[in-house]
Amino acid sequence: MQCPKCHAPMHTYNRNGVQIEQCAGCRGIFLDYGELEALSRLESQWMQQPPPPPAPQAYPAAPAWGAPHQGHHGHHQSHHGHHGHHRSFGHMLFSS
Amino acid sequence: MTTPLLGRLAALAAAPAPPGSPAGAPDTAPEVLADRPDGTVVRRGRTVAKAHAPDGDPHELAARLRIAAHPLLHGILLPPLPVTAPDGLLALTGDGRALTRWPYGSPVPPDDPDAAPWEDAARLLARLHTTDPGQLPGPVPPMRGPAKAARALARLRAAPVPADGPRAAPGPPPAAAAAVERAWSLLPPWARGEAPPPRAATLCHGDLHLGQLVRHPAPDGRWLLIDIDDLGLGDGAWDLARPAAWFATGLLDPGIWTRFLAAYRAAGGPAVRPAGDPWPDLEIPARALTVQTAALAVAKAAGAARRLDEAEQAMVDACARMVPPPRQLAPAGPVVG
Repeated sequence: MQCPKCHAPMHTYNRNGVQIEQCAGCRGIFLDYGELEALSRLESQWMQQPPPPPAPQAYPAAPAWGAPHQGHHGHHQSHHGHHGHHRSFGHMLFSS
Repeated sequence: MTTPLLGRLAALAAAPAPPGSPAGAPDTAPEVLADRPDGTVVRRGRTVAKAHAPDGDPHELAARLRIAAHPLLHGILLPPLPVTAPDGLLALTGDGRALTRWPYGSPVPPDDPDAAPWEDAARLLARLHTTDPGQLPGPVPPMRGPAKAARALARLRAAPVPADGPRAAPGPPPAAAAAVERAWSLLPPWARGEAPPPRAATLCHGDLHLGQLVRHPAPDGRWLLIDIDDLGLGDGAWDLARPAAWFATGLLDPGIWTRFLAAYRAAGGPAVRPAGDPWPDLEIPARALTVQTAALAVAKAAGAARRLDEAEQAMVDACARMVPPPRQLAPAGPVVG
């Protein structure tokens, strides 16, 4: 196929499943019937994607002698169980 | 009010308010807030009176009281009330025990660590640590944190049955006592109170925990630090080290530790580097506070012939995991700055 504008040869590319002809000379692009709509649809789908979830909060730095922790699975799960079951900790918080 | 000391404190707490202060509450019944060997506190309305530890140095305590009363510490430390005695801010009992007077402040509610004023505590410490000691009435005594850690070890060693005693006998479990002693031996001399600290230019509280914060005026004034018995020059990281140790041992929620540390840094606290891993600065003081807490726990459990509870065991377990600290964390000699 030749470019309708400059008559240089056109090459076929695949972009997200849409066939696109691009001219090797003037870089112009030729779309078949329905392909512009297909690209627009892809674009709007991309726009509507929810933002990526925030990265889980990193476990704060801890010394080597510290207690083993749930670490990479995040501390939200451990928020209540982690220290809540240490009932005696409440007393320790208030004493020298 | 049974003992002469409690009677004396009740009378001191009932002494008339100084001129210019709000009218004192009508005479209310005295209430004993604390009665321990290292301190007895009696409240009467808006005033409390405290008998300090019998073995304290009254001259150092007087210096600490002058600091707490200094305008630079306004909004950071609860200021003492004058004592109606020639000594000014403190009086001495016949046997040489120091007595002081303070306004009453509301303590942190004891049942909900999550609701405790962690950020306020961090900001107060940052302000304390950025106070210029050169502007204070001197000489400013040393911070007593390392000395208290050494005292905790002495108490462990004096517990009812020696650590190497018969297994069947009540007393410190030999494994727990040995783990604490070993962790203690790994600390540099300054952290054991045997040498001057490498960083000693910071005004420190010296014994921070949630019992050292009150709202004044009660019940909803601003948070202030109380208990100046260990106040003095030292490494400010010592004041962060107890929360750091609670976090490291798995007792304090990581989110609370993160909030506390972030608030301290945001307020310009100088004891840890402003960003990144704070543990190079915290490592030694946090180890020392872990060992101190474990030593007291083992000694108390032995004295009461009971097993260690979960939190106490977590402290001992952390001691057992300690290996010699990295070399650069144990400086060879004092550095001024």
